[in-house]
Amino acid sequence: MARQFSVRRQTGFTAIAMVCFFALYLPIGVLVIYAFNAGTSLSVWEGFSLRWFVKAFENQQVIEASIRSLQIAVVAALVATAAATMAALATTRTEPYRGLTLKYAFINQPLMIPEIVTAVALLIFFSRIKVWTGYSGLGYLIAAHTAFCIPFAYLPIRARLENMDLTLERAAADLYATPWKTFRYVTLPLLWPGILAGLMLAFVISLDDVVITEFVKSAGQDTLPTYMLGQLRRAITPEMNAISTLFLLLSICIVTVFFFVNKKRI
Amino acid sequence: MSGASDVIEAEARRDVRNRWLLSMPALLIILLAAAGPLLIVLVYSFLTPGPYGDVQWQPTLSAWVNVFLERDIFDETLSLADAHVSIFMRSVWLSLVTTVLTLLVGFPTAYFIATRPDNSRELWLFLITIPFWTNLLIRTFAILQIIRNEGLINNLMIDLGIFARPVQMLFTDGAILTGMVYVYLPLMVLPLYASMEKLDFRLVEAGYDLYATPFRVLRRIIIPLVKPGIIAGSILVFIPALGAYVTPSILGGGKNLMLGNLIELQFGQGRNWPLGAALSITLMLIVMVALLFYVRNAKGSGARHG
Amino acid sequence: MADLNAVEIRNVSKIFGFGEFAFAAVNDTSVAIRQNEFFTLLGPSGCGKTTLLRLIAGFEFPTSGEILLNGENIAAMPPFKRPVNTVFQSYALFPHMTVAENIGFGLQMLGRPKAEIEARVAEMLKLVRMEELRGRRTSQISGGQQQRVALARALAPQPKVLLLDEPLSALDYKLRKDMQIELKRLQAETGITFIFVTHDQEEALTMSDRVAVMSAGRILQVGSPRDIYDAPTDRFVADFIGETNFLKGQVVSSANGIADVDTGVGGRIAAALPEGFTPQGEVTVVLRPEHAMLCGAEDAGACQMTGTLENIVYFGTDTHYHVVLSDGATAFTLREQNKPMQAARFAAGDRVGIAIEANAARVLRN
Repeated sequence: MARQFSVRRQTGFTAIAMVCFFALYLPIGVLVIYAFNAGTSLSVWEGFSLRWFVKAFENQQVIEASIRSLQIAVVAALVATAAATMAALATTRTEPYRGLTLKYAFINQPLMIPEIVTAVALLIFFSRIKVWTGYSGLGYLIAAHTAFCIPFAYLPIRARLENMDLTLERAAADLYATPWKTFRYVTLPLLWPGILAGLMLAFVISLDDVVITEFVKSAGQDTLPTYMLGQLRRAITPEMNAISTLFLLLSICIVTVFFFVNKKRI
Repeated sequence: MSGASDVIEAEARRDVRNRWLLSMPALLIILLAAAGPLLIVLVYSFLTPGPYGDVQWQPTLSAWVNVFLERDIFDETLSLADAHVSIFMRSVWLSLVTTVLTLLVGFPTAYFIATRPDNSRELWLFLITIPFWTNLLIRTFAILQIIRNEGLINNLMIDLGIFARPVQMLFTDGAILTGMVYVYLPLMVLPLYASMEKLDFRLVEAGYDLYATPFRVLRRIIIPLVKPGIIAGSILVFIPALGAYVTPSILGGGKNLMLGNLIELQFGQGRNWPLGAALSITLMLIVMVALLFYVRNAKGSGARHG
Repeated sequence: MADLNAVEIRNVSKIFGFGEFAFAAVNDTSVAIRQNEFFTLLGPSGCGKTTLLRLIAGFEFPTSGEILLNGENIAAMPPFKRPVNTVFQSYALFPHMTVAENIGFGLQMLGRPKAEIEARVAEMLKLVRMEELRGRRTSQISGGQQQRVALARALAPQPKVLLLDEPLSALDYKLRKDMQIELKRLQAETGITFIFVTHDQEEALTMSDRVAVMSAGRILQVGSPRDIYDAPTDRFVADFIGETNFLKGQVVSSANGIADVDTGVGGRIAAALPEGFTPQGEVTVVLRPEHAMLCGAEDAGACQMTGTLENIVYFGTDTHYHVVLSDGATAFTLREQNKPMQAARFAAGDRVGIAIEANAARVLRN
């Protein structure tokens, strides 16, 4: 039976797409399944067990690295989002002014330079400062994370601002709202979904970072990803799968919320 | 005259000043913890390596000479220079192949998503978004598990009697390539989708109306119209692939290096920070050239379509 | 102070862009709007009417000139300090607030006590007949209801002047008719000066106390709807509002504001002159289609003009006759109201005469 002609159809595209989705999820699926393996193998199934999750929770290094990851991500995401919100307000909905292009370039700079280069640069710079000041706390990691989170937080906030109807703010001004009140009662509530999306994006980006953290961290400052990187170079047990699974779960939760916040139109 | 125009001018000046004040925190943070240190890298590339890492403040061009050139037979590390060239070549080559492969798989996938009915399109898009925001390390680890000697593929092939014994896939260029395609695929699909979503299917209908076959419609109408997405996706894959560090270091093992690992090596066991700095600057220059190419093409296609 | 104009525009210009791209959206315009009147700015899109309104609202600032509100120059005052409110074309209702919150917003910003705000919101809801929808989100109500909320929101702070920027353009025909009556009622009840912007001449004629016709950044004529329609002084005004016949002619003599004009297509026409205007030589005379009548060729002696009937178009309420005058070039249209079961009096190709009603013809300034 001849298939009905459709202007949208291209032969083979659906098949390739299906293979693509399958290939994207198969490795992740295998990884998650073996997190529940009773044995120590990553490829021979020996029955269902939660032992590797228990082991991960009892692993002091994992707990410490996780807490450190969260601390850095929370602070970096909050600061980056605040800075990005202000920057977005300063760079949108205006006639071009001198320095505007420079600002765009600057804010997006961390996206344009390969991470390894930034990592090297920070290693050099911060190691100098460490010698000068004697301080070697989490501040360096937080500063580095904040910087590369800014362009990610900036993206959805700017997009939301640019789609916002300027007449709403004019209406507020017309109804006796001062610029500050206009911001407080009209701009901010309407911008909020964008800010939230930016915050979550920044949080995930910080949580996932490996390269810059690996170069900037001092001894004993492993985050969860750098801890995992270290473990991957040794003999691997399903404990890694268990940690990965939990990490995945957290990411998926955040992405899901992000996806729906970002889609929602008031 | 009436003072109104003075007021407006003062207002405009204050607006620009406020906008600078508002953007200051972001600019300062990036200056201190991202952009500024790049200048120090440039300075370091002209210094002499210290005995235990770091540098000595003696200016020299030797790091830059060492990036590509072999010096002479008296130096024990002379074989490295040869390796540098091959690592550069391999990095560019692997990144290009990764870009082409992700485009070949990503294009039909993005097209598939873009042509779904409104209600299911969101779901497919969501399925691409999840890997996009999942930890790169975890995704590399997932690939590692599949292609290990004791991994899923080898086990399956042995069970099916196709392989007699495990085939070594890990720690090869093929492994790096597989990993990079897997990891960077969503980076290709999303910008492609963004431009396909805007595709006006009335133009496709017009193509069919004027006797074009499906393949010609694809080649002469769809591909030219989504060219901005193709270029954006290619850049988005090529740049991180070129500087990739995590994926090649896990899947390539110690031998099959890419540029990112070579740079890391200079700051670790190599203890040659100036060379690492010079290599970093070189990598950045290659990326700049790619970005310039992007800006050129993005502008060109913009002018033609609109 | 009651004799002060509500709004006075003095030599206001607004120039956008610079150098060769400079464009005068409003060009050295002056107009005075009286207290408590329904004043309409009428013109085609791009004529500067919306820019003029935004200058009064304070969203734009004039390049030169003064804007007086009750005698006070407000040209440089920011919008949130002006006792003027706007009904936006897109309504610009705040999507994150309820109907009542939208209406109370202005008073809240003015720092009025809660009780007063509540009372005023209730009063406004009643005024626009929206009491039962007070708790709704603005996205959950119809276009016509949004229109009413926008009106109530702008009226709630009791502005000196209400600015309306094509507020009816998004409504369908029936709703638009209802809202025209509603707007007139609200204006009468509140006694607030309304400045209404529209490109719809019918809207302008039916609602306004006075109309200003704008083109290319200038106000060409200000007057009552009747003045504008019956006595246009400018070619653009005559052409833009209603249908008009333009006739070229030579002034033979003029006295007491009446010119005797020879059109060269029959007899002479007595045409009214604009005030203070005594032309010589060639002039343009305008004549509305409904102010002329066809007569048969046998009565042509009693008619001012003669010509050939080109075609007849039946419209139900009336019939349009398209005539080519006897100079063989000038087209002339007449409109006659139909009577019940009336037989056709003329056929295409007939030689006809055209009789003009008294006081119908007017000479234009340009």
